Amino acid sequence: MATREEITSGLAEILEEVAGVNPDDVAEGKSFTDDLDVDSLSMVEVVVAAEEKFGVKIPDNEVQNLKTVGDAVTYIEANH
Amino acid sequence: MSTVDVVVTGLGATTPLGGDVASTWDAMLAGRSGVGSLTEEWAAQLPVRIGARVAVDPSEIIERVRMRRLDRSEAMAIIAAKQAWADAGLESAGVDPERLAVSFGSGIGGAITLLDQDDILEQSGPRRVSPHTVPMLMPNGPAAYVGLEFGAKAGVRAMASACATGAEAIALGLDLIRLGRADVVVAGSTEAVIHPLPIAGFASMRAMSTRNDDPERASRPWDKNRDGFVLGEGSGAIILERADYAAARGARVYARLAGAGVTSDGYDIVQPDPDCAGGIRAMRMALRDAGLTGADIKHVNAHATSTPAGDMGEIKGIRAAIGDHSVITSTKSMTGHLLGAAGALESIATILAIRDSVVPPTINLDDPDDRLDLDVAAHKARQLDIPAALNNSFGFGGHNVALIFTRP
Repeated sequence: MATREEITSGLAEILEEVAGVNPDDVAEGKSFTDDLDVDSLSMVEVVVAAEEKFGVKIPDNEVQNLKTVGDAVTYIEANH
Repeated sequence: MSTVDVVVTGLGATTPLGGDVASTWDAMLAGRSGVGSLTEEWAAQLPVRIGARVAVDPSEIIERVRMRRLDRSEAMAIIAAKQAWADAGLESAGVDPERLAVSFGSGIGGAITLLDQDDILEQSGPRRVSPHTVPMLMPNGPAAYVGLEFGAKAGVRAMASACATGAEAIALGLDLIRLGRADVVVAGSTEAVIHPLPIAGFASMRAMSTRNDDPERASRPWDKNRDGFVLGEGSGAIILERADYAAARGARVYARLAGAGVTSDGYDIVQPDPDCAGGIRAMRMALRDAGLTGADIKHVNAHATSTPAGDMGEIKGIRAAIGDHSVITSTKSMTGHLLGAAGALESIATILAIRDSVVPPTINLDDPDDRLDLDVAAHKARQLDIPAALNNSFGFGGHNVALIFTRP
């Protein structure tokens, strides 16, 4: 079981690779769209990479609920 | 003849000879070849293992995350177009976006993206296919990205006429300004298909040189020992402006785009008409459009790709439409054949030949074909006063485009 910190840092790696987000900017309170400037197509890439990295399935209808990094961490923690 | 004058005010390029126009032009005048061995693992199985890669990879210019979302051809188009835009002094000119159009094409489009994503589809399944796939592979992608770069709102037109694409995109740019649809047009073309599938396809047509042991001597238009074209990649962009608009903002003018001729062969999907009838009609149409005669054309940048079938028909055509006085060259001897991007790059060479009064050389013309009865600037650049010059581009599908540039 990965901790919340480990999941956050894994997401930060993905966000850097896919969208060029500075890992230092990634924190649970940050919004993907408003704070980290991740557009909708890049969000798809983030989701697919996160599924692979954490061994979870994130259905498309769930993605719209993942507004912040913390939302994603919570979902991954509960489902992986 | 149109009453609207159109001028060229900016040039940009990324080519096998250099990362910009100045380095490309210097290399051309020095007679350097941009052709080399393809050393990738995939090349080993191919009958053709040579090509003309760009001298400066786009990943050295465009940052990594943006490159992930661009086809290689789109990245090159953006690089060339930004150079042309800056060269024309348009960064601070405040062009009305609704008077700014783009006419930018590609011969093949985002083929590398399509093939790479197909590999992912086969190996990892549909969910792993990039969400950027469609804007990367769509044939209007380069035009659209160039338009986004400058906020163009008078239309972004995407030409596709195989190896005549670049020239036809420029011809369309001329039309757009003459018709009053735009004051400024970013015109050009891009191509990036150095990949095993396009190479295998062209090689299966027996259209490509297999001089794998001697890459720099493989592209040899009009030479008896030519054995096909060498695939190149890159992009060229030129800024076209209505002459009075350019004058009002005090723009530096390279040349006038005095006329264009566009025809189709109606003959065969890939074989050139051996009499060059469509090419002759395009050249004559361009002359009429420019209000010139063949005698006025002092230099022709020929299409000549180094194929046994194609090169000599054009010689007949130039003789018929222009005459035998013009000094001709094929810069493809140095750059390889950039397919859709060829017409844009060769227009740039034609414009600079006028500016600098020099014809760039045709290298590797060691043993001219017996039917070559025109004056070629073989081996070395040749000084020549050039008030007017013509650039030919022909493409699979039977597309023929002739552009005439004149001294401003």
